[in-house]
Amino acid sequence: MINSPAPGGLWALHAINYESPKTVDEAVKLLAAHGEQARPLCGGTDLIIQLRAGVRRPEYVVDIKNIREMRRIEFSMQHGLRLGAAVPCVEIYENGDMRKYYPGLTEAAHLIGSLQIQSRASVGGNLCNGSPAADTTPALIALGAKCRVVGPGGERLVPVEDFCTAPGRTVLQAGELLVEFQIPSPARNSSDAYLRFIPRNEMDIAVVGVGASVTLDLSDERISEARIGLAAVGPTPIFAREASQALSGKRISDETVERAAQFAIAAASPIDDMRGTAEFRRHITGVLTRRTVAKAIERARSTQTSR
Amino acid sequence: MAKKVVVEATINGEQTEFLCEPRQSLLEALRDVLELTGSKEGCLTGDCGACTVIVDGRPLCSCLMLSVEAQGKTIQTIEGLAQPEGLHVLQQKFLEHASLQCGICTPGFLMSAKALLDHNPKPTEGEIRYALAGNLCRCTGYDKIVRAVADAAQTLASGTRKGSAGRLGSGPSASEQTEQFLQEQEVK
Amino acid sequence: MAASANGQGYRVIGTRPVRHDGVDKVTGRAKYGADYSFPGMLYGKVLRSPYAHANIKSIKIDKAAALPGVKAVVTAGDLPALADKMEQAGEMAINMSQLSANILARGKVLYDGHAVAAVAATSPHIADEALRLIEVDYEVLPPVMSVEDAMKPGAAILLPGLRNKDEGPDQQTNVATHLQFKRGDISEGFKGADHVVEREFKTAMVHQGYIEPHNAVGIYNSDGHATIYCSTQGSFVVRSLSAAVLAIPEGNIKVVPAEIGGGFGGKTTIYLEPLSVLLSRKTGHPVKLTMTRAEVLRASGPTSGSTIRCKMGCTKDGKLVAAQIWMAYEAGGFPGSPVGAGAMTIVAPYNIPHLLVDAYDVVVNRPKTAAYRAPGASNAAMASETVIDELADKCGLDPCDFRIMNGAKEGTPQTAGPPYRRIGFIETVEAIKNSPHYKSKLEGRNRGRGVASGFWFNVGLQSSAMVNIHTDGTASLVIGSVDIGGTRAAQAMIAAEVLGLDANDVRPFVADTDSIGHTDVTGGSRTAFATGWATYEAAQDAVRQLKERAARLWEKKPEEVAFSNGQFTAQGDGVKPMTVKELAGRLARTGGPISGRATVNARGVGPAFATALIDVEVDPQTGKVEILRATVAQDVGKAIHPSYVEGQMQGGTAQGIGWALNEEYFYDDKGILRNSGLLDYRMPTCLDLPLIETCIVEVPTPGHPLGIRGVGEVSIVPPPAAVANAIANAVGVRMTELPMSPPRLLKAMLNKRGGAEAQAAAAGR
Repeated sequence: MINSPAPGGLWALHAINYESPKTVDEAVKLLAAHGEQARPLCGGTDLIIQLRAGVRRPEYVVDIKNIREMRRIEFSMQHGLRLGAAVPCVEIYENGDMRKYYPGLTEAAHLIGSLQIQSRASVGGNLCNGSPAADTTPALIALGAKCRVVGPGGERLVPVEDFCTAPGRTVLQAGELLVEFQIPSPARNSSDAYLRFIPRNEMDIAVVGVGASVTLDLSDERISEARIGLAAVGPTPIFAREASQALSGKRISDETVERAAQFAIAAASPIDDMRGTAEFRRHITGVLTRRTVAKAIERARSTQTSR
Repeated sequence: MAKKVVVEATINGEQTEFLCEPRQSLLEALRDVLELTGSKEGCLTGDCGACTVIVDGRPLCSCLMLSVEAQGKTIQTIEGLAQPEGLHVLQQKFLEHASLQCGICTPGFLMSAKALLDHNPKPTEGEIRYALAGNLCRCTGYDKIVRAVADAAQTLASGTRKGSAGRLGSGPSASEQTEQFLQEQEVK
Repeated sequence: MAASANGQGYRVIGTRPVRHDGVDKVTGRAKYGADYSFPGMLYGKVLRSPYAHANIKSIKIDKAAALPGVKAVVTAGDLPALADKMEQAGEMAINMSQLSANILARGKVLYDGHAVAAVAATSPHIADEALRLIEVDYEVLPPVMSVEDAMKPGAAILLPGLRNKDEGPDQQTNVATHLQFKRGDISEGFKGADHVVEREFKTAMVHQGYIEPHNAVGIYNSDGHATIYCSTQGSFVVRSLSAAVLAIPEGNIKVVPAEIGGGFGGKTTIYLEPLSVLLSRKTGHPVKLTMTRAEVLRASGPTSGSTIRCKMGCTKDGKLVAAQIWMAYEAGGFPGSPVGAGAMTIVAPYNIPHLLVDAYDVVVNRPKTAAYRAPGASNAAMASETVIDELADKCGLDPCDFRIMNGAKEGTPQTAGPPYRRIGFIETVEAIKNSPHYKSKLEGRNRGRGVASGFWFNVGLQSSAMVNIHTDGTASLVIGSVDIGGTRAAQAMIAAEVLGLDANDVRPFVADTDSIGHTDVTGGSRTAFATGWATYEAAQDAVRQLKERAARLWEKKPEEVAFSNGQFTAQGDGVKPMTVKELAGRLARTGGPISGRATVNARGVGPAFATALIDVEVDPQTGKVEILRATVAQDVGKAIHPSYVEGQMQGGTAQGIGWALNEEYFYDDKGILRNSGLLDYRMPTCLDLPLIETCIVEVPTPGHPLGIRGVGEVSIVPPPAAVANAIANAVGVRMTELPMSPPRLLKAMLNKRGGAEAQAAAAGR
C-alpha cells in the first residue's frame, strides 16, 4: 500500500544491501539479526514500490526467491497441497494440479495485476503485504489454508484468516518468515472459486473480492461444508464464518445462497475510499457472494466426473 | 555512497557484466548503466508496462526488479528482438499496421507480444487483449496493436515471412480490416 | 500534380507507406527526451509542496546544498521577477509572472505538488536525498477544491491580485474571467419550444495520460547560449517561454526536440525546461530533469473539471430553437481554463437561432490546467449531446436524424466568428447511419446504443518547411513540426506527391529551432493542415527551381517547361523528358544546389466534426459498463496517410471512453491528490476496449491546396456523451456526472428502481 509520495515524488530508493540466502535457516538468521532493518524480497511488486515511496526504509533486502523449499508446489490426494510462499503466480496457473484441484486459488493468481506482475508476484507476498484487498487471500481462506511460519524460536502454523492483523500488518514477529501454505486435499464433490469486482477489466486492486469453497453431498443437492473469504471490505481479509455456516448442511437454493450473501454483507465493514464507497462495497459483497458461491457449486457438481 | 556490485547476466544473447548499486532497478541498469534505452520508464509502479523485458522467458516490469536480481538470468530487451537478417515479424507487422503513433509504449508491447506468442502461438483476440492488458497505450486505442499481433501470429504459424520493413503500398482500409478480422475471430 | 483536392489521381497521398521513423521506433533506437545522456551530466529533481494551499514563509537549502554530490539548489529567488500582466511571449499572450510561479512557486503554493525548489546532483538518488534535506516553512491555508466552493462568498482567495470585470477592481475573487456569448433572444426562443430539457452536469478533472513523463536536458555554455533537449509539442514555444522565464534573449536558446512519447496538448507548455537551463548555468554541467508519474499527475497540466447547466428547447417536430448554458471550469492554481472554447463549441454542430452562454474561468487549488485534445469541448459535449439525445427521444426521432435535421452547414452562424464555410458535419452523421455498426441489430438485456457528435475549431498558425534536392534525385524535407503521431510520414508523402517521387525517396527531418523557420506547436490539429501547406509550397518552390534548370539545359524559357506525372517536358525537337532523378545529377552544372522553401501563416482553417456510435452492456447489479462496439466518423478533409488518420480517430475515441467511464482525480479533504499513480488513475487497458471502426469522411477545406482538415483532436469530443446515451438506452438512466464509474451508475440505477424494490431487483433475479 502506498501512502502519500515522498517529497521527490516516488522515485529513488535509499541505499540498501542485498542478500540472497539459499535456505530457510539462512533467511531466518538474516531477518532475526537485522529485525526492522530487514525486509524479505519476493516478487518486489509491492516492496519495491514501497521502498520508492519511502514507506519502508529497511537497510537490508533479503531475497527469498532462491530458497528451493519456498518455490515448490507439492500436491498429492493423500497429503494435499504444500505451496511454497515464493512461487510466482504464473507458475501456479501453469501447474496442472493447481488448475484441476484448486481452480479458485488458481484464478485468483491469474487475476493479480497483469501478466508482467504475475511473472513475479507470489501468493506469499500477496498475503505478507497485509493488504485487505489481496486477491489470493480470500481463496486461501476458502480453502482453509494454514501458513507455516518459521522463526528463530521455531515453527508455527497460522490459519490464513488469522494472519493479517491490520492494514499492512501481519502476525509475523521479528525474524519470522512465511515459508509455505498447507492446504487440505480437496474432498470429493468440492471445488472453489474466486471473483472480484474492479472498475476496469484488469490491473485494478479489488474493490471487493470473494473466495468460496463448497463441498457437496453425494446427491449434489446439499452443501455439506462451505467456507467464504472476503477481500477489501474490512481492515483485514475476512473469514465470513456465519455466511459459511449459513451454507453448511443446507439444500442448494436461491434462498440459501441469499442468506449466505446477507451474512457476508454483515461480516463486511468496508470504508469509503477512492476505489468505492462503503455502501457500494456492501452491495457488491452481496452480489459477488451469490455469484462466487454459485460458481463454486457449479464446479463442484462437474468435478465428480472429471477427477 | 553505496557500494556497487558486479552482476553477470546474458542480455540479448550476450554474456554481459555490469556494475550497479543494489538500489538500482533493472530498468535503471539497462538504461543508465548499459545504455539500452529502448525500455522506457512510464510509471515506476508496474502499471504501464513500458519497461517490459523478458527474463528467463517471462515478461516482467523491469522497474519492479532490482538490478542485482539479474544475476545469472537470461534477459531479452527490445534491442534484441530484431536480428541482423531483419526485423522480427512482430516488428514488421507493427509497422505495416501502423500500430504505433508516438511509439513510447511500442518496445513494451513488442516484448509482451513476443512473450505471448512464445507461449501461445494461436491466441484469440481475447487472449491477445488479456496478455497485453499490462501495457498501456494512450495514442492508438489498441486497435491496430491487436491486429498486428494477430497478423503476426498467423504469419508465424503459416511459416511465411512477408516482405521486409520499408515496403510501400496501400493496404486494406480499416473497415475492410475490421470485417475480415471479425470473420476470423469470434465476434463478441 | 493533380489539380483536384478530392483525392482523384493522387499517386502517393492516400496510400499507407511504412513511416520513415518506424524502424527506429520498433527497435528501441529512437531517442526520446529521457534517453539523452551527455558527459558530465547531472541529474535534477524538484521539491514539491505537500499542501494544496499555503504561504511559503521560508526555504532553507543549506543542508541540501552541503550534501556530497549536490552541485546546486535553486528556488524562485533564482528566477527574475516578471510582470503580473498578459505579455507577448513569442506568438502567445501569457501572464509570465504566473507561468514563472508555476515553474517555481513564489511566495505561495497553490496545489499539492506545486514546485518549490530544484536540485542538481551527481546521481538521481542523491538528488532525491537532497530534496529531503530542504526545509520549507509553510503557513497552511484552507484548500478550495471545487468551482462551487471557489465562487462562494467568503471563499479563501487564491490569488490576492486577481480581478474580473463583473466584480470590479476592488473585489478579490477566484473568478478570473466571465465570458458571454449571445445570439437572438433567449426568452423568445424558449417560448417557441414544445420540449425543454434542463440538466446540471459535473465532470471530473482528467489527465491527458501520455505514457512518457516530462523531461528536459539543459546545457548552458559560458557564452550565454543554451541548448535544451526535451520532449515537447512545440520547440519554439519552449524557446520563447523559457527565454522569458529566465530573462535571456530568445535567440540564445536552441531547443532540440527529441522524439515525444505523447502529448495531447499537455506538452505545449513548459515545466522542467527553464529549470534545466538554470541548473546548468549554476553548475556548469548539462542537467537532466525528468518527472515521475506521480509528479506528472500532481503537477503537470490536467484538464478542467467543470459544472455545466444546459437547457435546450425544440419544437415538437424536432427543430432546435434555443440553448442556454452556464458553465464554470476549473482553471487550477492560475487562470486559464478552456472554458471559452467550451462555450464556443457547445452547440457548434447545430443551427440554433437563440443562444446564451455564460462561461466562468475559476481558480481552485489544483494544478494549473493545460490543453487536452480539443480543450474544453468534451466537457461541453457531455452536457449538450445528452440533452439533445433526450430531446430527440421526446420527439420520437432517431438521434441521427435529429442531428441531420438541425445540422450546421455552409452559412450557418457560429457562436463566435463568421458563418461556417463548407463543412462536413452532416456527412459524418450520414456516415454513421451507413455504417455496418449502425445497421447491425443490438440484442440482449441491459444493452444499449448511443450516438453523439462533436466539434473542434482546429487552428492554422505558422509553419516553415525546406525541401533539399539531393544529387541522386531524392529529397530531404526539413520541418519544425514535432512528430507525435506519424505526421512526418504524411509530410514526406505530400512532398513526394509534388515532386513525383516515391514516399521513401523523401526523408523527413524534424529540426531544432536554429535549423528551421518558426513553426508553431504540433497541436490544435494543425500539422497536416499548416505544415502540410508549407511542405506543399516548399516542394512547389523546388519544382519551380528545377523547371528553371531544365529550361537552361534545353535552352528554353522556364514558362515553356511543364512538370506533370513526375516528368519535366517542353515542346520542341530534341527535348527528352526528364524526371527529378535525372535532373538532379546535373544541378551543379546548371547553377548549384536546389532548396525549396516556404513559410505559411495558414489562414482559412477548416473546422472538424466527428460523430461516434457506441454500444454498451451494463451489469445491472454492479454498474460496470462494457464497451461492446464503437464506430467513429470524422471529416478530415483529405486523409494523407489513412492509417495514421484512423489512428488519430481511434486514439481520441479511446481517451473519450476513459473520460466517460473511470478517469478522475481524487482529492481528499485536505486537497491532497490520492490517485497520483496509474493504478488508481484508471485509463483503459487493451482489455477494456473493442476494435474501433472508423469512417473517414472527406469534405475538403476550401482554399487549402490539398483540402486538408485537421484530424488530431475532435474524436475525443463525442465519446463521453455517446457512452452516456448508450447507458440511457440500455438501462433507462440519464447520467449527468463524469466519470460514469460503477458506484455512480449503480446508485443511479438503484435510485431509479426505488428503495426496497431496488434491493430485490439488485439481488440478481
